[in-house]
Amino acid sequence: MSSHVIGVDVGGTFTDLIVTGAGGGEPRIAKVPTTPDNQAYGVLSAIAETGVALRDVDVIVHGTTTTTNAVLERKLSRTGLLTTKGFRDVLELGRRTRPNAYGLKGTFEPLIPRELRIEVDERMDARGRAHRPLDEEGVRRACRTLLDRGVESLVIHFLHSYVNPSHERRAAEIAAELWPNGYITMGHAILSEYREYERGAAAAVNGSVQPILHRYIDRLSGELREGGYADDLLVMQGNGGTVSARIVSDAAVNTVMSGPASGVMAAAHTAAEAGFMDVVTYDMGGTSCDVGIVRNGIPQVSSELELAYALPIHVPMVDVHTIGAGGGSIARIDDAGLLRVGPESAGAMPGPICYGRGGERPTITDANLALGRLDPNALLAVDSPVTPDRVRDTIFRDVGAPLELDADGAASAILQVANNRMAGALRMVTLARGRDPRDFALFAFGGAGPLHVVALARELGIPTVIVPVRPGITSAIGCVVADVRHDYVNTVNAPLDALDMDRFTSILDAQMAEGRATVEREGVEVENLRFVHDVDMQFVGQSHILTVPLPSPRVTRDELREMFEKAYWERFAVDLPEIKAVLVNLHTAAIGRRKRTDLAGLAPRGKGGRNGPAATRDVWYRDGWRETPVHRRDDLPPGTGFSGPAIVEQLDTTTVIEPECDVSVDAAGNLVVTVGALAEDRNEAGS
Amino acid sequence: MTSTIDPVTIAVIESGLQQVCNEMDLAFVRSAFSPVISEALDRSDGIYHKDTGELIAQGELGLPVFVGTMQFGTQEVIRRARDLKPGDMYIVNDPYLGGTHLMDVRFNKPFFYRGEMCAWLSNTGHWPDTGGGVPGGFSANATEVEQEGLRLPPVKLFKEGVMDEEIMEIIFSNIRLADQRIGDIKAQAAALTVGERRFTALLDRYGKDTVDHCVVELRARAERQMRARIATIPDGEYHGVAYVDSDGVVDEPLKIDMKIRKIDTDLYFDMAESSPPCLGPMNSVIATTRSAIYLAVKHIFPEVPINAGTYAPLHIEDPKGTFLYAEYPRPVSGCAAEVSQRIAEAVFAALTPALPDLLFAAPAGTSGNFALGGYDPEEDRSYVMYLLSGGGYGGNADADGISNGCSTIGISKTQPVEIVEQRYPVLFEEYSLREGSGGAGERRGGFGVNYEVTLRRGEARASFVMDHGRTGPQGVLGGSDGGVNKVRVTRDGKTHVPPHLSKEQDIHVSAGDRIRVSTPGGGGFGDPLDRDPELVRDDVNRGYYTVEQAAELYGVALSACAVDPAATAALRAARRATARAAE
Repeated sequence: MSSHVIGVDVGGTFTDLIVTGAGGGEPRIAKVPTTPDNQAYGVLSAIAETGVALRDVDVIVHGTTTTTNAVLERKLSRTGLLTTKGFRDVLELGRRTRPNAYGLKGTFEPLIPRELRIEVDERMDARGRAHRPLDEEGVRRACRTLLDRGVESLVIHFLHSYVNPSHERRAAEIAAELWPNGYITMGHAILSEYREYERGAAAAVNGSVQPILHRYIDRLSGELREGGYADDLLVMQGNGGTVSARIVSDAAVNTVMSGPASGVMAAAHTAAEAGFMDVVTYDMGGTSCDVGIVRNGIPQVSSELELAYALPIHVPMVDVHTIGAGGGSIARIDDAGLLRVGPESAGAMPGPICYGRGGERPTITDANLALGRLDPNALLAVDSPVTPDRVRDTIFRDVGAPLELDADGAASAILQVANNRMAGALRMVTLARGRDPRDFALFAFGGAGPLHVVALARELGIPTVIVPVRPGITSAIGCVVADVRHDYVNTVNAPLDALDMDRFTSILDAQMAEGRATVEREGVEVENLRFVHDVDMQFVGQSHILTVPLPSPRVTRDELREMFEKAYWERFAVDLPEIKAVLVNLHTAAIGRRKRTDLAGLAPRGKGGRNGPAATRDVWYRDGWRETPVHRRDDLPPGTGFSGPAIVEQLDTTTVIEPECDVSVDAAGNLVVTVGALAEDRNEAGS
Repeated sequence: MTSTIDPVTIAVIESGLQQVCNEMDLAFVRSAFSPVISEALDRSDGIYHKDTGELIAQGELGLPVFVGTMQFGTQEVIRRARDLKPGDMYIVNDPYLGGTHLMDVRFNKPFFYRGEMCAWLSNTGHWPDTGGGVPGGFSANATEVEQEGLRLPPVKLFKEGVMDEEIMEIIFSNIRLADQRIGDIKAQAAALTVGERRFTALLDRYGKDTVDHCVVELRARAERQMRARIATIPDGEYHGVAYVDSDGVVDEPLKIDMKIRKIDTDLYFDMAESSPPCLGPMNSVIATTRSAIYLAVKHIFPEVPINAGTYAPLHIEDPKGTFLYAEYPRPVSGCAAEVSQRIAEAVFAALTPALPDLLFAAPAGTSGNFALGGYDPEEDRSYVMYLLSGGGYGGNADADGISNGCSTIGISKTQPVEIVEQRYPVLFEEYSLREGSGGAGERRGGFGVNYEVTLRRGEARASFVMDHGRTGPQGVLGGSDGGVNKVRVTRDGKTHVPPHLSKEQDIHVSAGDRIRVSTPGGGGFGDPLDRDPELVRDDVNRGYYTVEQAAELYGVALSACAVDPAATAALRAARRATARAAE
């Protein structure tokens, strides 16, 4: 019998799928339109398209945007809050900010409206002592009121529950007696970190999406079972790991932002197999770019992401930062006469002019088309064809005429300004995480990433670029390669000198025990289970934390101090022997390694450069137009080498190799580009 | 539009200059010690002209109040600078020399490229303490600047890259928490070093002549943009007034009288009719007064980029003889945090009738400084706790005001209650939305906050520097004012209200005593009788207003959580008739 593994990722436009391990055969892939109302239809039709029978499938790993969309579009289930007396409005008051530094306008809607937030008399103090006992009758009354108001999901969020959760637990027990379903979220169980707004927001997100995710996964599992699939469904989480469908909705918040996370997982895996352990990932789509960082083969995880204005998601997630520039970003001349590209976007509707959906304003995609970088006959998403001349005319009208440039000059100006902005933003993203982009390789995927990546690398002074075999289905590949992963965080907040080392050890032990129990409970087959530990530390008086990896859960106080000081020096080049260190949080990630699947079958098997390029066309570069060979990706098997300028085309993306760059196709079929003529020298003007 | 610089180069250099500043901001904030800098982002970094000190570029997330002061501060350093060498760096915090309050410490570094001095890199960071009578520096009753802390004229803290240890010793001997300040000093200096490297890389790549040329061109273009915005204001005279509750010493309101004349594409600001200099610390130095006007205009036209050209069309008459033109030795510790916000409010009030679609009713407009200094017997340590609080923003043509927005001049977050309780011997009884505080209007103001803190152990002294205790943030175009700021201290069961309402220093409190603060709501925008009754119903269902307030403020009759249309129509008609009769 064959044992297929399916990875299926639902994106904004397409549902992508890859099936591997079909008795040594080549992986099969499918791309079908996403069905937003019930993503399960798209998933099932993608499986059907591959022709694989569900009964022959071993594992299905699913990335879904169900929860992300629910939060961003505020299509949430009716959720109520029980909270500490005096603190009903924490979720509405937030941390006292405004949306923009300048301009005193804007709006903010709390996740749970005020009429569904009820106070209960109880109070823990900062050391976890009960300052006031829990009013158990008050909990009952509040639950009944919320049920009367039609609430489906309940969130219990008490002050200082990260130190002592007993009131939250008892309130949840009482609520469970009255509550008609299992949708009860305790704040500390989602995130055991101090900061009442951030912990409350994570709990509120969890409560608000839990019923939605539960119903969706239930329906999908049912339909898969009917189709003959006997095994467990795994679901991707924002931390880049998977979780069994059976328990996924317990911590539904963990699936928010799982799409970008799987992309980074796939990039980390592919790059590591190719020998690149440190990469910056660059996923450019229609409206934005997602940037992530991989160090030592591991995607960097953050507990401080913000999903939208005043919507922090402090559960651990793959640290993906979104930049507001994509293929649909609009170019215009502002009233100072400066060329601007984005952040305004034509999105998918009306989209770029060349898509023929009514778009009338020039975008980055249109500039690529006008400059020969994109083939007008190979666009995927065109409704009614628009001639390249019309695209060029509009570029001239909107950008060229005001700047006294011809259409070519205007299109190239759009591209240069766009690349410059993206490079600047990408640099800030890496610097803000304490890294210099020049120490990394740049890994491109998404529909538009490979079009820009080589130019960006040159701008940033990054010498190596990797374009994987199938840049368009990277997130689906991420599903296939992801491990089972669960994260745990506890706040300690003690000066290192006064830290109780027994407590330190026992917290880590408890986190490991919980991880082990969870993996057992979900019953997913793993080859081995390992634990990764980090500590968040800071100097006394600071508010920023620095996360330091622990080599093992058994460390001494002195080792902790040394590791922190070393990490601090590496990050800030400041050493502060005068000041004492504080240990803030302890993290443990339980990672269960799933059986490896072989992706080598993805590599093209074509004839290679011996037949020469499929065609040539004129393409614009910074030094002007050049006749450029156009390769079909399928014709570039491992071992092929060639030099820029060159264009590489495949079904869902185009890669532009700039002049003075060399390409070699590695054993897995990745394009590995050595970028010449870097704009920034690593050694001259470092920072 | 014609230009001799190619359009790609100018766009790229514009973002390149911005990037240099953003990277300085980032370096500063990521390694700073003081939470005021790292969490509250109370800092700014920029590039300034080598001779004129004019602003070339500034970080996008710098504290708004510094948009103007950094340029004035750099100009004062230029006037005094001698014998500049690569690696030199000045430190200065003198308020009268282009500054704000003493706590804002500025570093200025001459930037050399290939041996030639060609710009200044400057930054400002708010230190948690610079000595003086009150920990933290926010005095409510100083009468001379000497009481407010250590005042440094521009001195070279670094000479050719080497720190002057003797100057450091003088500083450390005069400030509190000196042991932690070395971290901030290193971070502040390192930020300018990052700027130096990145600016050098920019010049290497594009050439100094091209960059210089673009700087001139960008200045001209920002000026054109600002002038185009100003042109949308009808020609004429506009008048706005705002009041500071008192100076903390003499219990009388201080008036800001803002006359704005608009001619073609220029704005002329005249504040001559404002109150005379005051005894207490609510005087404003001219740099801060000007900067407050700059930031107010930037809040009105947020999309115009910031450089010296942006402010060229703004002509500000020196308000000599008023409290907005403080001279030595007038105390000034309230100018950056409070007076600047009242100045901005006066600008908003003046221009709202001219630009009703763009502007907004007054925001809470106070930083809400509350300091509690004491001794914790259980931990055996002294502490100083600072709380800043937000308030409601004003309603505007697009929407109701935000609740719990930050100060007009800041962008900082508040500290979580859980962190404050971890660090200090206090317990919050409440931290809640202040119902009813949003000024009524067709678009209502946002709501302020109530918080109540109990001292759990030991003894302490409480100080307050807040504002809007006497009058609420102004409503506009028929909207009502927002709720006023309130402070209540309950000692041994007896309630004490500060005589100056929003300002008092060193109130003694003991274990069990409580401090309650209610912050202002935002002003209302437009006639409350024009507010959609369904929105009023929602407000009542959420507990923002009572049923009685709905009738009284909005003329909306509610029964059983629903609008009674007939009763509402009658109520509103009667209310309008009364209003007409009163006219």
